[in-house]
Amino acid sequence: MDATFASIIAAAAPLVYAAVGEAITERAGIVNLSLDGSILLSAMTGFAVAFTTGRVGLGFAAAAGVSALVALLVAWSGISLRLNQVAVGFVLTLLAAAVASYQGEGFVHQPGPSVTPRPIPVLADIPVVGRALFGQNLSVYGSLLLVAAAGWFLARSRPGLSLRAVGERPEVAHARGINVNRYRYLAALVGGALVGVGGAAFSLDQKLGWSDGHTAGFGWIALAIVIFGGWQPLRVALGCYLFGALQVVALRLQSRIPGLAQILPSIPFPLMIFALLLVNSAGLRRLLARSHRVSRWLLPEAPAALGRNFVP
Amino acid sequence: MSLLIRNVTKRFGSLVANDNIVLELEPGALHAVLGENGAGKSTLMKLIAGTLQQDAGEIIMNGQAIPPGSPAAALTAGVGMLAQEPLVCLPFSNRENFRLGSAWDLEEATQKLRQQSQKIGFRLHPAAITRSLSVGERQQLEMVRLLARGIRLLILDEPTSGLTGQQRDQLFAALRQLATEGLMVLFVSHKLEEVNELCRTVTVMRRGKVVGETTLPKPEADLVSLMFEQAAPTQARAPIATDGSAAVELSGVDAGYGRQGIAGIDLAVARGEVIGIAGLEGSGQGALLRALSGQIALRKGRLAVSGRDLTNRRLREFRKQGVAFLPGGRLEEGLIPDLSIAEHLELANGTRFLIDWDHARTRSQASIDTFRIKGYPDTSVDALSGGNQQRVLLSLLPPKLALLVMEQPTRGLDVESAAYIWNRLLERRRDGTAIVFASSDLDEILTYSDRVLVVFDGRVIASRPASDLDAEQLGTLIGGVLAA
Repeated sequence: MDATFASIIAAAAPLVYAAVGEAITERAGIVNLSLDGSILLSAMTGFAVAFTTGRVGLGFAAAAGVSALVALLVAWSGISLRLNQVAVGFVLTLLAAAVASYQGEGFVHQPGPSVTPRPIPVLADIPVVGRALFGQNLSVYGSLLLVAAAGWFLARSRPGLSLRAVGERPEVAHARGINVNRYRYLAALVGGALVGVGGAAFSLDQKLGWSDGHTAGFGWIALAIVIFGGWQPLRVALGCYLFGALQVVALRLQSRIPGLAQILPSIPFPLMIFALLLVNSAGLRRLLARSHRVSRWLLPEAPAALGRNFVP
Repeated sequence: MSLLIRNVTKRFGSLVANDNIVLELEPGALHAVLGENGAGKSTLMKLIAGTLQQDAGEIIMNGQAIPPGSPAAALTAGVGMLAQEPLVCLPFSNRENFRLGSAWDLEEATQKLRQQSQKIGFRLHPAAITRSLSVGERQQLEMVRLLARGIRLLILDEPTSGLTGQQRDQLFAALRQLATEGLMVLFVSHKLEEVNELCRTVTVMRRGKVVGETTLPKPEADLVSLMFEQAAPTQARAPIATDGSAAVELSGVDAGYGRQGIAGIDLAVARGEVIGIAGLEGSGQGALLRALSGQIALRKGRLAVSGRDLTNRRLREFRKQGVAFLPGGRLEEGLIPDLSIAEHLELANGTRFLIDWDHARTRSQASIDTFRIKGYPDTSVDALSGGNQQRVLLSLLPPKLALLVMEQPTRGLDVESAAYIWNRLLERRRDGTAIVFASSDLDEILTYSDRVLVVFDGRVIASRPASDLDAEQLGTLIGGVLAA
């Protein structure tokens, strides 16, 4: 049981980085649809740099940088060129995937470096959750910390509040003296860098090495989880873990029931749609209307200005 | 702390929205700014609050000029504005909205929100989601926030339009108390009774200029005559070509909600009759017009068109009976911005699944010629001037109508366009079409209507033949004072 928990937390780590990163970006009103291409490109870059230099940390840094660059392109074309962010994101997805495939040719199926496990003594021996939370490596610890930090940042901190206002009603933020487009650039950069870390967490930790189409559409899954997770880091992370759990289960059952491995990982989505339907039902809404906090958590709204460029 | 507005001018293209405005306020002033729609009040308020930037002149708070065009700088200088629609993020909690843009942490903000709202008698729950608040409460939240940020001048732009009577009284009580503590209040409104009730001095604007300043309270008729220009003598009009049968009848109708709604309306419009509705903005004209044309449901009462009961029937049945509505917001409610003239015509009149575009263009060229629209069949309507947009709307009307309902039919049009449009409209009377329109232009009402209805607070308070009225009498009636 301990081992299962631990492997779920670990398997979901790349997805957590990408989805929480995208949630931060979208909370500021920028939709970075290039996610799937960015993850591929950064997975390749991370592995290639770590392979060449022999240093895993450098691989992560390079991956973050490359992905932040793609996000910067999306933000710049939206904010400064007033282009449609969705269109630009799509094009960049294809472009980044193509670049990854071409540049990664020399690294396909090469054995390379990976993140070293760093279990924390004593704490890792706590029953049930010990191994899952404290028996991992830095990449996985980072993903756990990120969820807590991002949740706290958005809900409690002043810049987090301003960032949410920027994505909700930029006119209001502007009227309160907040530099809307600076926040949007920063959110795109930070979110993009996190997506890059997710890519590197793939090729240097969870699915070692590089091959064409290495990340198998995880970018799209991350984008979907951001929506189902209501743009809230904790909920988004829960979606990622649910997804990770089904992956682990599918892997274990693969030998016994062939075919299940293909279907099982896509089950979270119909499940989430069903949950949303349930939560949106009139009866439950009325029930929830009594508690602001609970209803805000259960009935999230998309940032109202998502994808809408703002001209001060 | 005092405010001095020195020779402020603001232009939008060729339109001078604010022309060399001068205004001075002392600490504790409760000052109103009056004027009809388009007089430039809102522009001036936005200049002071920094959401617009003036082309010339200075706005000086306590001896220091405010850097123009920055809401943050205006706030630092002590100026806060309560916009018509409160500038808050609806999914946020009250304390988050309260805190946004300040340097307070969450606990500090919560505390200040509690203290400040207690101080002026508002009840705002810090953790409640702002969406669950009424418009009035959202305004209270904004006001409390601005006061907590230490403003010395509070600008309120039409703050009472979404409020109940009780919320309004609460707001006024708070404003009076704050004024005794030295807060300056600039109050923009169309509602004369409110201005008289709250304020002690008033500036009247007309067409971008200050045309008068006086102390309050004053008889409302005096204020109206300051707000409206003197009307030109009315022209003789053709007698009604009517057989006396009713085109539309309302009996005991309630519709719309709150201060914008109407109540207890009885009205019969004869075939071929033209009725002009006058009143201060937001007195229920919109609801009356929309109820007449079947756009909104009646809460009470009955409505019949050409003797047929259409109470709360579908819009399609109204159209079948020959009822048409031209809304005031041409591009918002009347036309679809990206579509061309030909496409609009096809949308309004086409019936076939496949559209014969050559035929459609020929037909729209014909209406372009008839209505003298300056454009081509493929011109998209947002590229047209306001007058030509209105002509397109007219060209879309079906040829036979029992009732034509219009909101501000010539707002923003030049004299020539307005006269042309009215001539086309009055031609329809020969076929027995009844026309009901609302306008803030008293001239237009007196010139073109057979009968004038005056609405006040959602009720018809006077119904007179236009030939018995002049602009001055009408002005008195509009203020809500019955002349006889």
